[in-house]
Amino acid sequence: MPHIIIDPLACNAYGYCAELLPESITLDEWGYPIVRGEPLPAELVLLAKRAARDCPRRALSLQHIRKNS
Amino acid sequence: MSSASSTTLFPVDQHRLTRQPPDLVGHLESHGPLPVPHSVNPQWQRDFAENIAASGLAGRGGAAFPSAVKLAGNRAAHGMGIVVINGMEGEPASDKDKELLTRAPHLVLDGAQLMAAACDAQSVVVCVPEGRDSVADAVSYAIKDRKKHGYARLSESLVRPPDRFVAGEESALVQWIDSRRSLPMFRTDKSIPLRIGKQPALVHNTETLAHAALIARYGHEAFLTRGLREEPGMTLVTVTGAVNHPGVIEVDRGTPLSEIVAAAGPEESVKAMLVGGYGGAWVGPEHFATPYASIALRSIGASAGVGVIVVLRTRACGVTETARVARYMAQQSSGQCGPCVFGLPAVADDLSKLARAHTDPELMVRLLRRLDEVQGRGACRHPDGVVGLVRSALTVFADDVAAHERGMPCSHHGRPTQLRFPHPIEP
Repeated sequence: MPHIIIDPLACNAYGYCAELLPESITLDEWGYPIVRGEPLPAELVLLAKRAARDCPRRALSLQHIRKNS
Repeated sequence: MSSASSTTLFPVDQHRLTRQPPDLVGHLESHGPLPVPHSVNPQWQRDFAENIAASGLAGRGGAAFPSAVKLAGNRAAHGMGIVVINGMEGEPASDKDKELLTRAPHLVLDGAQLMAAACDAQSVVVCVPEGRDSVADAVSYAIKDRKKHGYARLSESLVRPPDRFVAGEESALVQWIDSRRSLPMFRTDKSIPLRIGKQPALVHNTETLAHAALIARYGHEAFLTRGLREEPGMTLVTVTGAVNHPGVIEVDRGTPLSEIVAAAGPEESVKAMLVGGYGGAWVGPEHFATPYASIALRSIGASAGVGVIVVLRTRACGVTETARVARYMAQQSSGQCGPCVFGLPAVADDLSKLARAHTDPELMVRLLRRLDEVQGRGACRHPDGVVGLVRSALTVFADDVAAHERGMPCSHHGRPTQLRFPHPIEP
């Protein structure tokens, strides 16, 4: 299962992702996305891909993270 | 290798970084030439890597990452790399990089030469921030001396990045060397070596390299005679705050906090210790006997961090001091990530209001929520350090926090700070 990764350097708080994927993404008080840590459920993968595509800053991506520190 | 006989002028210290000769002649008399064969071969490289692994050496720059693992990553990156000596020491309360580079530059440079030989790197770069001219002069002099005597195997050079807190974060340092932008990078996989241009960069703290230089000469056995079994070696700690003899102290890993502070001569009874640096944690009196070692410190929510202990005297306000640190750290953000840019000043504001007892019913709920939300959301760990420190303050200074919440401002609020800052910080 992939995880949603936000690149905090790229993110400029447009907030589209939270509108497109409220199941996984909320916004903090300054408008920056907070992602739930767990892997993305299968039924949300398509929506998450759309959120990634629609991010004006290309800050959101889906990644299979390797376990390391 | 055991403590072999030596016929040098000075007794050779095989595991201690302090009291090492600062000049090349003394260094050669004590330690002999660089223990690298004329033509480096894979067998030597494997032996060196195994020696470092057997010593259990972990990075002394804050992250405590196993040095052998880091080296393995760069060996796998196949050569032509650069070894970067991180002498940036952005932490205002720390002095060990300055001390080491001034008093034992040859050990540090040797460590870098060894690491470079072990991963087929082509050069060594030392980073000392702008403004620290006496340290830079000592390093320059050492580099010239080594070149003159044909001692340095690979070229060694000095660079001067800006003097800012995050400039020493390893990706920020590498990015500055690469493109003169002193900004942390976003890395999802830290096992992939950083690069300067196309060259893989191996970044090590000064203390880590100095230990590596001794381990290469005297074996991991000498290193293992000191410290704890699970965390061997000696370590440098900068002790400041309410002590009569502030400075860098060298102790065995695992020495109780109270013993380390006693060596610096505390002025009076101690209210708390700030352990690990400004991204570290406050430790209250019930934990002063805790060994200065990763596992023990983790069990009380702290870490050795960058090797700093700040002593807070009883007549002081921990909330106010923490507000100052949060304010300073907010100013030191590289300004790239929203949660750090907006979150740290907001946390500092909350703490400042709390210290002055300008509380509102929402303050504590808001502060705790902000701490939760800022954690883990920066490209680097700068904001996480602040969150950890503030959380520890809320626990260690719980009585003060409760009093301020009830509307009692701190009686020590107006006192000057006991912490070190490069410029005055309003709490």
